[in-house]
Amino acid sequence: MEVTETWYLLLSAALFTIGMIGFLIRRNPLIMFMCVELMLNAVNISFVAFSDVLDDLSGQSAVFFVLVVAAAEVVIGLSLVVMLYRRKSKVSVDDLAELRG
Amino acid sequence: MLELSWLIPASPLLGFVLLVVFGKRLGEPVAGWVATIFSFISFIATVFVFFGLKSLPTEERFHIEKLFNWIDSGSFSVDAGLLVDPLSVTMCLFVTGVGTLIHLYSIGYMHGDANFSKFFVYLNLFIASMLLLVLGDNLLITFLGWEGVGACSYLLISFWFEDKDNASAGKKAFVTNRVGDFGFMIATFLVFTSIGSINYDDIAADASTISGVTATAIVMLFVLAATGKSAQLPLFVWLPDAMAGPTPVSALIHAATMVTSGVFLLIRLNPLLAEADLWATGMISWIGAITAFVAATAAVSQNDIKKVLAYSTVSQLGYLFMAVGVGGYVAAIFHMITHAFFKALLFLGAGSVIHGMHHEQDMRKMGGLRPLMPITGFTFIIGWLAIAGVPPFSGFWSKDEILLYLWNADAVGGKYLWVIGLVTALLTAFYMTRQVLMTFFGEQNFETTGDHAVKPHESPKLMTIPLMILSGLAVVAGLLNLPLKNMHYLADWIEPSLFGNEVHLDTPNSTKWILALVAIAVGLTAIALAGSVYYKKRFNKVEPQFFADAWSIDSSYARFFGGPGRLVFDALSWFDRTVIDGLVKGVGKVSVVAGQSLRPLQTGYIRSYGLSIVIGTLAVAGWFIWRLFS
Repeated sequence: MEVTETWYLLLSAALFTIGMIGFLIRRNPLIMFMCVELMLNAVNISFVAFSDVLDDLSGQSAVFFVLVVAAAEVVIGLSLVVMLYRRKSKVSVDDLAELRG
Repeated sequence: MLELSWLIPASPLLGFVLLVVFGKRLGEPVAGWVATIFSFISFIATVFVFFGLKSLPTEERFHIEKLFNWIDSGSFSVDAGLLVDPLSVTMCLFVTGVGTLIHLYSIGYMHGDANFSKFFVYLNLFIASMLLLVLGDNLLITFLGWEGVGACSYLLISFWFEDKDNASAGKKAFVTNRVGDFGFMIATFLVFTSIGSINYDDIAADASTISGVTATAIVMLFVLAATGKSAQLPLFVWLPDAMAGPTPVSALIHAATMVTSGVFLLIRLNPLLAEADLWATGMISWIGAITAFVAATAAVSQNDIKKVLAYSTVSQLGYLFMAVGVGGYVAAIFHMITHAFFKALLFLGAGSVIHGMHHEQDMRKMGGLRPLMPITGFTFIIGWLAIAGVPPFSGFWSKDEILLYLWNADAVGGKYLWVIGLVTALLTAFYMTRQVLMTFFGEQNFETTGDHAVKPHESPKLMTIPLMILSGLAVVAGLLNLPLKNMHYLADWIEPSLFGNEVHLDTPNSTKWILALVAIAVGLTAIALAGSVYYKKRFNKVEPQFFADAWSIDSSYARFFGGPGRLVFDALSWFDRTVIDGLVKGVGKVSVVAGQSLRPLQTGYIRSYGLSIVIGTLAVAGWFIWRLFS
């Protein structure tokens, strides 16, 4: 059986959906954070797949941008999570609703 | 040399700025000298500009010195420009000339005042504003100066604001003038909507395209503005109270310069006046006539030396209005100039008397001052002869010119205007004679011995020199415009500013002679009459209280606005609070309500935000897919 681009796209869609659902239903900030990363990398897979199909390198270079931005985001996001754990031992994001309207 | 024109208003403005910053440190008398010098520089610049303008051929004597573009918004564009023409330069000459003399006088008069330098700050700002008013090349610049002189007038009337009366006199002047200013503003809007410009040269060029009704409305509104500033009925009530200010202020602002700006405005707008209906310009004359007469009767019964002169100023300004209304613009300017000289002289003389009498203003407590104050007495007598219309003093020539125009004003007033003018001239000579007799002749009615002894003394040189210069001018100013062949210097000079709207009279010489003789006879009769009454001290017989209260006009205003008028104000205030404020507050309320109802969307749960992002994304994606397949 030959592996075509459809497989990659299906993998990408599956990973994205898993990340999205995880983000929506979990309460733990660290897990939600990982879900966001999952979604970003799902998109990266589809970028690479299309880059191969269209024989265009710009898709792969876009992936590098995503990686760089994700790395920066991880730094800030993780430090926020650590700060949260310092204040409360057991954290649910629903507790962080101080900015409720 | 016309490029120098910017210096005319800039010099006193610079003096103002310098004195604001350093005035207190300079102190007395340096601050006064600085102010005087900046005013004098302005005068010198005006003289240069005058000769520059005179060297041009007559038809080119209308020069606009554009400084910069001030406001540029759509079709509305205003330049900060100065209009240098015979009219504005003439005004500048006597504003800066008389202004400098009064600065000089003030150094002596304000000697020892705690706020010495502040006085000169205001005085320089006043001169700058007045020059801006006169020189502006459009209505907005003129309005800027108009408000500037109003503000300075307010500040200077209530200069000694520790006294409550002085403070409220200033407030009264300001509020009364606001009524007129509203006319100015509406008229400016109307001018802009009808010809699309507020520059004087455009007004002159396009005035004929304005319909008669609009022109009449504009003129009526400008007349309202002028009645405020020039203290005519119905808005004259502030001027007698304005005498609460220091006497040099009364001389400069409330006699010689600022109060003539209403008349100046009407003359400047002569192309509009020419388009307005006859009844509107006739009304200007009638306003002037009634004011002149009422104020003259009031002046007869005043005992305050300054109040007499205040009512006299109102009355003389009425003369100017009469002349403007019948198209005698040159006559109005002529009388404006001579009046500036002799009225400033009389006020400064009165100030000198007040100074010498230790701030006593009641004429009943004066008398016999002439030997004690020889220079003041002599110059005051010259001023008296000038205003009473005794030839060959200047007042005679200018007043005669106006009376000549009134004699020929059959279209608007038959001979009634002339009769009122003549009666006013009679009253003028009468009350001025009364004042001179009560102040300088007769017995000394003040205590010369005892604890409250007053020792009148002649004022210092700083004060008497301006008096002497002004009295010289009051004698010879008639030469400006003699009713003889080829001696109409002023008329020939002003002509380019009037665009041929001046009414030219062809009265036969015989009539002129008769009218002049009648005027002289009336003046001398009044002097004799006053002499016979006051030399024998029959005061009360000719001074009813009704006249002393100026026909109770002021007090009836107070009663009306305190009583029935109050209801109108309450209604207006209610309208303002509910309807106007309601609209403003309503806008705020809508935002608040909208915000309140959208608040619940912000639940604070990240997952709900995430869900809305997902739903939104799906909706957008669904839209594109649907488009793809249909």
